[in-house]
Amino acid sequence: MHSQTSISQIHPDNYRFLQEHIYSQVGIVLEEDKHYLFESRLAPIITRLGLGTIDDLCALLKATCQPEISRQVVEAMTTNETYFFRDPAQYEAIRTVLLPRLIEERRDTKRLRFWSAAASTGQEAYSLAMRLVEAGLSDWNIQILATDFSSKVLERARSGKYQQIEVNRGLPAALLVKYFRQSGAEWQLSDQVRRMVVFETIDLRSSMRALGPFDLVFCRNVMIYFDTQTKKNILKQLHGTMFRGGWLMLGGVETAFGVEEFFERRTVGNAPVYVAR
Amino acid sequence: MPKALVVDDSKAIRTILAKTLKELGFEVCEAANGREALEVIEAEKATVQLVLLDWNMPEMNGLDLLKKLRQAPEFASLVIVMVTTEAELKHIAEALDAGANEYVMKPFTKDIIVGKIQLTGIQF
Repeated sequence: MHSQTSISQIHPDNYRFLQEHIYSQVGIVLEEDKHYLFESRLAPIITRLGLGTIDDLCALLKATCQPEISRQVVEAMTTNETYFFRDPAQYEAIRTVLLPRLIEERRDTKRLRFWSAAASTGQEAYSLAMRLVEAGLSDWNIQILATDFSSKVLERARSGKYQQIEVNRGLPAALLVKYFRQSGAEWQLSDQVRRMVVFETIDLRSSMRALGPFDLVFCRNVMIYFDTQTKKNILKQLHGTMFRGGWLMLGGVETAFGVEEFFERRTVGNAPVYVAR
Repeated sequence: MPKALVVDDSKAIRTILAKTLKELGFEVCEAANGREALEVIEAEKATVQLVLLDWNMPEMNGLDLLKKLRQAPEFASLVIVMVTTEAELKHIAEALDAGANEYVMKPFTKDIIVGKIQLTGIQF
């Protein structure tokens, strides 16, 4: 058994190799100070492969170019941590301001479209779906598109099955009781909520022309990984998928800086919201 | 400073929860079972605003204390979060029906506790 200290060993050349590898695969820039991230995310892969250190893993990647291991490394380093109702102020803004407006504007068509653009394991899309059912919109024509570049996380998301630790975090107990049932050690989300979400593998750097138009787009905690130009291109493309006046929700430390011509920043309650111009 | 009460028969759990609550700005008192907790709450009258409450404890269990408190109008606004190893759907539903504001299944992390307290809407 190797200690944590030995796993975390990483030569500067290998750090650069991993940065370049991940950038070339998914366009994500990992800064110079992410040693802890490499250590915590890659340790399970290193253990699974019977290796000793991150340097060993790099040696294997360089020597064999095994696509499966390469995919595992990229996914481990870029998977978006998520949980139910992350950033509660944003859901409160949706409940109190966006939904009443949309209900009024769309009372004839009863059609609403949402997009969770970095869906990871699905908690964001399902949180929104539960919020919509709670708002009495279960008979509306609602579709939530949930996308990620990782087909592996989407497979999990699609199953609607979560561990106890996942339903313990952020999810109001009343919604747990109402929309989940226990299945062994897992918690299974109801079909009613799962049916509202459609999952699809999408790389945010590819064309979004066929998507939308959406009333609300979540694109949280993923922009931080991209370089400035890629981020601008993605925000511009996201704008093209949205209704005028639609809301873009970014992560807590992210901004739509540099694309003010496309989005107006407003504060709704305690939540920053980017409104499509 | 808002006041919170941690009720658990495990000293270690009480210490962990009390530390988190103090970091959030609460003044914290502790009790090792439901009977002790009731004494503290009655002695403190309306000053305790939040209770983190274990279920399985000697003398008086958490659910019995919860029901007792919810029968008393003076404690109607007391925010009560169950923190327990009872992790079956029927237990969560039973606690909510009895008047719990939120429910945390053990094991928990600090983030989980803080998030659940925030969900109750209590000001701190």
